[in-house]
Amino acid sequence: MKTQDIARFEGVRLFFTGVGGQGTLLATRLVGEAALAAGLHASMSEIHGMAQRGGIVESSVVLGNIQAPIVGEGQADVLVAFEPLEALRAINRCHAQTQAVVNLAPIVPFTVAAGQGRYPDIARAVAMLQEKLAKVVALDAEALARQAGSVKATNMVIMGAVAAMQVLPMSKETWDACLQRIFPPKLYELNQKAFNMGYEKGHP
Amino acid sequence: MHELLSGTRGEKKFLLGNEAIIRGALESGVRFVAAYPGTPSSEIIDGFAALGPEIGAEVEYSVNEKVSVESACAAAQCGVRSLVSMKHVGLNVASDAFMTLAYVGVKAGMVIVSADDPSLHSSQNEQDNRYYAKMAGVPMLEPATPQEAKDMMVAGYEMSEKFGIPVVLRTTTRVNHCRAPVVLGEVVERKLEGSFTKDPFNLVVVPMVGRKLHLKLLEKLAQIKELSETSPFNTEEGTGAWGIVSSGVSALYVKDALRELGLQDRVRLLKLGMTHPFPEGLVADFLGRVEAVLVVEELEPFLEEAVRVVAQKCGFQGKIAGKEFVPRAFELDTVKVKEAVAGFFGVIHHRPQIFAVPEDLPARPPNLCPGCPHRATFFSVKKVFGEEAVYPTDIGCYTLGLLPPLQMADFLICMGSSVSTAGGFSRVLQRPVVAFIGDSTFFHSGITGLINAVSHNRNLLLVILDNSTTAMTGHQPHPGVWLTREGKGQPRVDLETLVRGCGVQKLAVVNPLHVKKTQQVLQEMKAGLKDGGVSVLISRSPCPLFERRMLGIKQKVVFQATGDCRPCLDDLAQLGCSAFVWSQDESGEACVQINEVLCGGCAVCAQLCQAIKPKKLEA
Repeated sequence: MKTQDIARFEGVRLFFTGVGGQGTLLATRLVGEAALAAGLHASMSEIHGMAQRGGIVESSVVLGNIQAPIVGEGQADVLVAFEPLEALRAINRCHAQTQAVVNLAPIVPFTVAAGQGRYPDIARAVAMLQEKLAKVVALDAEALARQAGSVKATNMVIMGAVAAMQVLPMSKETWDACLQRIFPPKLYELNQKAFNMGYEKGHP
Repeated sequence: MHELLSGTRGEKKFLLGNEAIIRGALESGVRFVAAYPGTPSSEIIDGFAALGPEIGAEVEYSVNEKVSVESACAAAQCGVRSLVSMKHVGLNVASDAFMTLAYVGVKAGMVIVSADDPSLHSSQNEQDNRYYAKMAGVPMLEPATPQEAKDMMVAGYEMSEKFGIPVVLRTTTRVNHCRAPVVLGEVVERKLEGSFTKDPFNLVVVPMVGRKLHLKLLEKLAQIKELSETSPFNTEEGTGAWGIVSSGVSALYVKDALRELGLQDRVRLLKLGMTHPFPEGLVADFLGRVEAVLVVEELEPFLEEAVRVVAQKCGFQGKIAGKEFVPRAFELDTVKVKEAVAGFFGVIHHRPQIFAVPEDLPARPPNLCPGCPHRATFFSVKKVFGEEAVYPTDIGCYTLGLLPPLQMADFLICMGSSVSTAGGFSRVLQRPVVAFIGDSTFFHSGITGLINAVSHNRNLLLVILDNSTTAMTGHQPHPGVWLTREGKGQPRVDLETLVRGCGVQKLAVVNPLHVKKTQQVLQEMKAGLKDGGVSVLISRSPCPLFERRMLGIKQKVVFQATGDCRPCLDDLAQLGCSAFVWSQDESGEACVQINEVLCGGCAVCAQLCQAIKPKKLEA
């Protein structure tokens, strides 16, 4: 346990958004596994089907006493955005106390490439999120993952920053044990390194 | 050992709803599984395909949903427990078999999973299949969580076998694709071995047999209703003079809404898990304890109508509401349910401020992958037939061809409708008609439409987009698959032979990645349309994702724009590959760059523009 008592933990809703191929579903699953390992109820929801076709991939996890696995408008206590444009698109899921982790590396949709619309200014997007939400951890997870050894670990950098949040009651040891269980030995070290880099960024 | 086979009674696993359904089937000794894939049900058959050999189960990727029900019911007739899964619209295809199977019944347990898709996450409609169970007269269970899905599978098989009737497990996307802890039971060993006793006067549905069987079905339903009245899946919680009736995942939204509104001490929730036959006595009893009832359910007022019938029978005087407060379209969530509950009971409810999503954000629709051969086919057909032609399309990845810049989709209602509707269009229009259908969809329900078009001498071109797999739902096999781990071989059912067998005389096969040749063949076929009749073009190139997975081939080249692409700009814009990045050159004119990370290496753009050159990828 980190700062709160599991028994008194009411519940948290996390909303994940990103683009197909970014590893959002594995990240979502990690939260669920970590929560279960900490003795909390967890339930998650995924939308499959469009992942390989460059569409938006949304998922959610709810922990504690919350039963319904999806996150409606204004319900996300934590927003995990793997892509800055998608962070903006998910702002209606947030409320004034929402804490967010936002990856700053953009994936420009083909509609922009084809001249249908303009990609928003990232600095202004972050400023807008910061103005509305309680806390925003903005980081270039892709760059950090590259430092850790592979761009493929971007999702674990982001999850490190999520794990550092005070609203989640799972301890660092619990997260680490779950990483060890989810990844084969060959990939564990790289992903743990990426996770720790994100954790440092997310720590207050 | 497959993960879903491991684990003993009492152990907890974090399972996807569809995995929990598989586990429930394993705990019931299911040995015959048949399905045509469809979101959100596909993981059920795919999971079984992975573990089937280990337990000696027959796992059949059926050619369509009707065939899957027929195939599996024969096994169940011989005493082998069977499972069929499909998406909601699949039950439309299977409904002919389904309706009369309710009369004939089964010897061993048979569960039919109908995976509904409120909000149309990946479907053409959001029909409410609960009415199917009622129409056919078969028992229905509605899980809210993966745990219930597993438990209801086990209970479903017992019920099915006891009463000799198939059982419907009606799920929704939020159950199929929810992952939550599931407490396991024990996996049961059985053999894939049946026996058949001839009994034509109960098994061959001629009118005199059908009459007798209908009466027998009504008798069974009366008995099963007793079970429904006492089902452990129908539960009540909370206290107070207000009532809510709900089922499935909607009941979870209700629970969260009541907690957040602080109404647990004022509202009783009757959560129904067995919703057909409707537990009328249980509901009458519930109505006796409350003054007003709100029915909270997704989509149609299925429960609401049943509750109103009970109220009329038992003389309930209180207020009943449902769809006046609960939206009828799209899936619910806790926010919508809170609104409905607060509105009906007149409770003050503080709504949080909702931040508005900026309006000018660029869209991110799903798109054909870079390197997808469908894009190349659409490009060439459009080049030859232009805007003049009418393009009925079908269900698969290629439906995404409706998006700009391709816009090669004019009409679609269901699986197989491309070729049949093309026949109708061609009879009443003086325009060329070119229909598109995928290989898997052609086997599923395009063949009959093609035969119909040929026999009525319709004037159309059918393009069969043959990528050797069922790509949209996750690369499942079908009868015409010619690409396997062993390489490119002979399919079980040869597409050309089949098409010729349907009476088609004008048939050509092209590789759409060879642009010039494809357009040349299309020009010939266009000229041939003037003589009337049905032409078929098989546009054959494997799905690159599938090919890489099957053959383990690594991509060898990507393409780069190395010079002036302006002369070919219109063609490149029409192709609209999702790896293209549009930018401006020094003089401010539009030019194409190619995102090397996304480029699939199909070389189609390089055939349109000489400035685009290959670049070898390092091994």
